[in-house]
Amino acid sequence: MTGLAGLLRNRRLRDAVLLPAISLVCGFAVASIAVVLSGANPIDAFGALLQGAFTNRNALEETLIATIPYIFLGLGVAVGFRGGLFNIGAEGQFYLGAVFGVFVGVSLHGLPGILHIPIALLAGMLGGFLWASIAGVLKARFGAHEVITTIMLNYVAFLLTDYLINNKGPLADKHATAPKTPFIDSTAQLPILVPGTRLHMGLILALLAVPLVWFLLSRTTIGFRIRAVGLNATAARAAGISVGWTMVTVMGISGALAGLAGADEVLGVSHFMPPSFSVGYGFDAIAVALLARSNPWAILPSAFLFGAMRSGAGFMQLVTGVSADLISIVQATVIIFVAAPLLVRWIFRLRDVPEAPVHIAEAGGLASAASGAAPAASLEETAT
Amino acid sequence: MSSMLLAVDLHQFFRQIDLMSLATLTIVTATPLTLAALGGVMCERSGVVNIALEGIMLTTAFVGFVAAFVTHNLAIGLLAALVSGMLIAALHAVLSIEFLVDQIVSGTVINILALGITGVFYRTFLQQVNVKGPGTLPVWRIPLLSDIPVAGPILFRNQGVTYAMLVLVVVVHLILFNTVWGLRTRACGEHPLAADTAGINVKLVRYVNVISSGALGGLGGSYFSLQQIGNFLPGITGGRGFIALAAMIFGKWTPIGAFLASLLFAGADTVGVRLQYLGVRIPTQFLSMLPYILTIVVVAGAMGRAIAPAAVGRPYRKN
Repeated sequence: MTGLAGLLRNRRLRDAVLLPAISLVCGFAVASIAVVLSGANPIDAFGALLQGAFTNRNALEETLIATIPYIFLGLGVAVGFRGGLFNIGAEGQFYLGAVFGVFVGVSLHGLPGILHIPIALLAGMLGGFLWASIAGVLKARFGAHEVITTIMLNYVAFLLTDYLINNKGPLADKHATAPKTPFIDSTAQLPILVPGTRLHMGLILALLAVPLVWFLLSRTTIGFRIRAVGLNATAARAAGISVGWTMVTVMGISGALAGLAGADEVLGVSHFMPPSFSVGYGFDAIAVALLARSNPWAILPSAFLFGAMRSGAGFMQLVTGVSADLISIVQATVIIFVAAPLLVRWIFRLRDVPEAPVHIAEAGGLASAASGAAPAASLEETAT
Repeated sequence: MSSMLLAVDLHQFFRQIDLMSLATLTIVTATPLTLAALGGVMCERSGVVNIALEGIMLTTAFVGFVAAFVTHNLAIGLLAALVSGMLIAALHAVLSIEFLVDQIVSGTVINILALGITGVFYRTFLQQVNVKGPGTLPVWRIPLLSDIPVAGPILFRNQGVTYAMLVLVVVVHLILFNTVWGLRTRACGEHPLAADTAGINVKLVRYVNVISSGALGGLGGSYFSLQQIGNFLPGITGGRGFIALAAMIFGKWTPIGAFLASLLFAGADTVGVRLQYLGVRIPTQFLSMLPYILTIVVVAGAMGRAIAPAAVGRPYRKN
């Protein structure tokens, strides 16, 4: 164990690679227990997972397809974390982005693809932006904790989507037997990257989003404000940063990225929108961001990993009968270990693991906003 | 135009409405909300945020049902729900009190875990079996009391979990405001350092309160599977654990306030469902949104006026 302990003392290496790696191993270990309890063989189950994710026909392409929304959504949640906000509403923003995207895809005709696609994607960003901004404004103006409001907005988004698409809703395909929207125009469909597969241009967009978000966070004034508010809102306010507006901005950017993911999914993969559109991408994105420790570059491997798990899980369920929900157990365990370095220190008998590396919101959590400190950052304050 | 339609519909609604059954249904619907909100009060008054209540209710609804199904005994199902609720809450306690994990993260982890565990085992054990469930808890009519006009049918012709909820509102109130333990709990939530200086074991108080909130959440979870439908479905709790937290905030972190706020949310839910049955020309989805939107409004409106325990969410470490 001393070799491992020695490696763990190299801080940068440990933070970037070892802690996530240990977390993953523990995640799969805990998940194996669930597999055994449900009467299957973990080796078979995880073997099928790997097969479904990488070695089956077109499996790697399918993994990359699942990676795309995770990149956008993971970046979105990460921007939230960097600004001290916990956006659990990525799933609802994803839905709204898809609704806006599919609306543009279905209702605009005769545009060339070079216009139609960007308009639809921007519409998706707008949808996610607006939906998340509700939570952002309520937080900044009234101190309503974003964890509760974004979760509630998720439910409202699901019901709204259901209304729009199900029996004779405004967006429903009147001629279809199953509830769904019509197909989007071919001009709005994202081009295929690899012929013979479903892998689409969204991958390029997602790969471009990573440096853009990195640049935004670390090389711009807005990014500086976001990070300052995330690290210490009180100090940021003392330094003259408008905390309220920054919170609204953070939620807006976070939501726009989630909305982009939704629109991209419609334009690139499904080309229409069924009522249960997501398999929980928005919720998985929380784990993607935490595993990457909210570092935009680290979102890439993290999203790829979750993409692999997501695309392999279906095959695993098919072959071994173990529910695809198993990957939720892996995720939860991974988050525990990433968020609890003290736990890792305790298990591996270490002394110098940093103690609180995951900063989410100001200490005080759910109800601190009610104690008067946070709501002081109101929009009015910034108007002066 | 649509508002005129709505007015006509509402008129229709009030003519057809049976206020008695609406009130009864509101109390029943408020049962899991109140229980989870009471759990939230216990937990947060000692200084620990508990957004895991949703996951606790989902898991305990499942465990309670499986236990009752296997043993053909609803009482054992209830017990299993209580115990499993305490175990999950203990995980939250260990992570947030011992390992200083951000309490919101720890709660989120438990909610994700709950989805995973119930999903995996539902598929393995319940989905394939053509389940003949253990049924639901019987309705107990309390002799004499149930014959009181108005209050009798509403309060005294209920099922077990609802009675437990009504009693627990009073019990938690008494514990919190009339016992030494309650005073210690509130001290730990307001100023743990002062409590520690006065010789109170802050960690112990927080452990006990977090685990009690698991028991309350477990009872709330058993409502869904053992009292309401006698079965388990994935995602059966539908965000009620989060709505309960809003009820706790709206009720200003007091048991009775939380109960009244839960009645408000349950009332919105019940009226929404009733309107759907009456064929009101509002899409059902919008009616189903009522409790969620009300939660957002309440959390935004009550914040700032409702004062949270001062130290809630902050881990306490002895130096």
